[in-house]
Amino acid sequence: MVTEKTSVFAAKIQSFLTISFVRAGVLPWFLGIAIIGFGLANENFLTERNLFGISRQSTYLVLVAMAQMIVMLTAGLDLSVGVMLAMTSVVSSMTMVSLWSGYGSGWESVLIGCLAGLGASVGIGFINGIGVAFFRVPPFVMTLAMSSIVFGLALTITGGTPIYGVPESFANIFGYGVMAGIPVPVWITAICVSVMYVFINWTPLGRYFYAIGGNIRAARLSGINTRFYLLSAYVLSSAITGIAALLLTARLESGESNIGSNYPLLSIAACAIGGVSLFGGVGRLSNVVLGAIFIILIQNGMNLLRINSYLQMVVIGVLLVVAVIADNFRQQLILTMNE
Amino acid sequence: MPLTNDTLLNPLLRLENVSKNFPGTSALKNINLEVRAGEVHALFGENGAGKSTLIQIIAGVVRPTYGKIYLNNEEVDIGSVQHARELGISAVFQEFSLIPQLTVEENLFLGSEDLFGPFLKKSNLHQRACDTLKSLGFDLKPEKKVMHLSRAEQQMVEIAKAFRTKPSIMILDEPTASLTEHEADQLYNMIVILKEEGIGVIYITHRTNEIYRIGDRITVLRDGECVDTVTAEDTDEDKLVEMTIGRRIKQVYPDINTSSGRVLLDVNNLKLSKKSHQTVSINVRAGEVVGLAGLVGSGKSQVGRACFGLDKIYKGKISYLHDVIFDSEKKINDLSPRAMLDRGMLYLPSDRRVEGLVMMQNVRENVSLPSLRLSKFSSGFLLNRQSEKDIVGKAAQKMGLNPRSIERPLEHLSGGNQQKVLVAKSLVRDVKLFILDEPTVGVDVGARTAIYGLIKDICEAGSGVLLISSDLSEIVNLTHRAYVMHRGELCAELNQQQLSEQALLNYFFTEQEVNGD
Repeated sequence: MVTEKTSVFAAKIQSFLTISFVRAGVLPWFLGIAIIGFGLANENFLTERNLFGISRQSTYLVLVAMAQMIVMLTAGLDLSVGVMLAMTSVVSSMTMVSLWSGYGSGWESVLIGCLAGLGASVGIGFINGIGVAFFRVPPFVMTLAMSSIVFGLALTITGGTPIYGVPESFANIFGYGVMAGIPVPVWITAICVSVMYVFINWTPLGRYFYAIGGNIRAARLSGINTRFYLLSAYVLSSAITGIAALLLTARLESGESNIGSNYPLLSIAACAIGGVSLFGGVGRLSNVVLGAIFIILIQNGMNLLRINSYLQMVVIGVLLVVAVIADNFRQQLILTMNE
Repeated sequence: MPLTNDTLLNPLLRLENVSKNFPGTSALKNINLEVRAGEVHALFGENGAGKSTLIQIIAGVVRPTYGKIYLNNEEVDIGSVQHARELGISAVFQEFSLIPQLTVEENLFLGSEDLFGPFLKKSNLHQRACDTLKSLGFDLKPEKKVMHLSRAEQQMVEIAKAFRTKPSIMILDEPTASLTEHEADQLYNMIVILKEEGIGVIYITHRTNEIYRIGDRITVLRDGECVDTVTAEDTDEDKLVEMTIGRRIKQVYPDINTSSGRVLLDVNNLKLSKKSHQTVSINVRAGEVVGLAGLVGSGKSQVGRACFGLDKIYKGKISYLHDVIFDSEKKINDLSPRAMLDRGMLYLPSDRRVEGLVMMQNVRENVSLPSLRLSKFSSGFLLNRQSEKDIVGKAAQKMGLNPRSIERPLEHLSGGNQQKVLVAKSLVRDVKLFILDEPTVGVDVGARTAIYGLIKDICEAGSGVLLISSDLSEIVNLTHRAYVMHRGELCAELNQQQLSEQALLNYFFTEQEVNGD
């Protein structure tokens, strides 16, 4: 009797777990395990101060992952997000330094510097988009080549050394500022995420990105100007990366040409863990945001446990592959459940 | 091989109460099936009736949940495709299992290459490939790459692949769906040879005329259950259709009233490539269904595609609603899908998977995709998702789809329902000229009647329909007049009195050129 009851109970639990896995994917599991695991392993992990820190640290990756997602929805890939960060950082800080007199808040120089930085990243995105949409260069090759080109340029401009001397107000507000108890970068990221949520789910343009990634020929037959929207995807993506770069520059109080080297991997990992298809047409913004937060959470937890950064690279790589394997398994489950 | 008592009593293959359950649903319920040596056993049923699952079980792709399979009166447990092949069961599926970048012979022996130590015996393989192709009477070069072959030729490679080991059961899943009449004839001849050799053929098709041509017995499936097994001789087409859909359909083809109005589309002396000798001139009026008939590859699709701005035009003039939208001499070219949609033209492509639908998106998103800019779907920058839901829900209902299913991804719908979704795109916008390219290929009777009903509604509401099709009875029964194309050229225009399957066939294979004007 007892064994029968427990086996029925076990079967129920199993079907519940299967269904929740199929519905929500691997991410909630990852998050749950990470929070419980690190929480038990280190008493400082779940403190208010540490969570506050995580929220601020994760803003940059949340933004870049969002940018990566837009491109991935159209069945593309952006390997140049890293050098976009670098170039934006370099251009904006150099502009600010050259315009700032050294006295006062220098808000004019900050504004012009930010615009120049955004211009640089959007310029890179525009060239990516032209290459992919009009000359049919595979996104992988186009953005890989771009990252070499732009990194080379950034190093040439700076000579490889950081650029110091940005106005203090820039760092104080956009780097370390707090508004109503919440860091300014988190506010800005929250606004970007909200706008992007509306854009992706409630506008025809967002729908077109999904359609182009899902079946570009069907999109064309539906009267969608596929070239224009592909180009828009790269431009929009680069603008968001530019915002992340400005926030990062403010945080570092300097312009640096090698700040973004691990962002291509991390942003793709955040998207993959968040269930964005590498073949385009599938992905949800909320999961990508959670995916990015998850990666920062892991890094933070490992830092608290004093795991060195080399081993951290190993862990991130393993998680990426595990996430993709789990998603494949999930697709199979969906298939058998639907037949 | 003559039917003797022996073959009757000892079927090659026998399925006993075979069922397949997937979590939550049962795809097959207690199927009993017998395949005798030397017979063609047709499986007939709507999309989603369970035919695919059944042949997948026989071919070892999936395992039955319960039930027994006997091969030559011995119970077998077919574990894999490889195992099935060793038992003498070969299957040719619709989705080709060919690698486009490899040659014909490399594909033929993929997975079972002759080896000398770790090396390929290439000359051996070449010889075996030549022998296999020759014995089947296929005119194919073994060293040609599969990607350079036509679809029909690829089908032949796929069939030859099934023959590299001597099968006793051969499964053919809609083998003629992409073949021309001539190529289909070749296939039928081959099937006769198979029968004579005592091979049992399981044949899946949607075309009733095919069943009567080559089928001996027919098993009809409906909703995963076996309705009956009947002999082809004693069952007429109406009876077959009734068994398939479970009710009597008065008419598959509706009577469509015509109110021939003004000329909507006027294609004048169109030349699609430099090579073609003759030009194509057709027109479509408001309130009529015009057929554009021809074999696969006769160039009929290209005419429709060109009018929608998809294919390049070499020379000619196209007018639409009294506006000249293309003129090669005056260098006018207003053709593009967007521009034509805005003018009220809608072209639906023949291959729904490749060009028609976004498979991972749901029904709602697919139906509204061409029309998102209309004010009923979006105001300014934002989508109106509630109204989208309502409008698409109504359109789905009209096509006989469950309105609740509009949030399901297309991948999970049957082929017939996918085709309904494609056609439903016309229901959410104003369509003045509707161009349908092979709208019913590989589609079951239920979906076909729904699509024909929609054509009737659109035509009788005063719009024009251009029906591009290689299905003779469709052209004869639905259209008010029809053009026939042959090898890229227009060879006839037939009015309703002249339209008959025989007349069309004559022009399909005509060698002399008749000017359509």
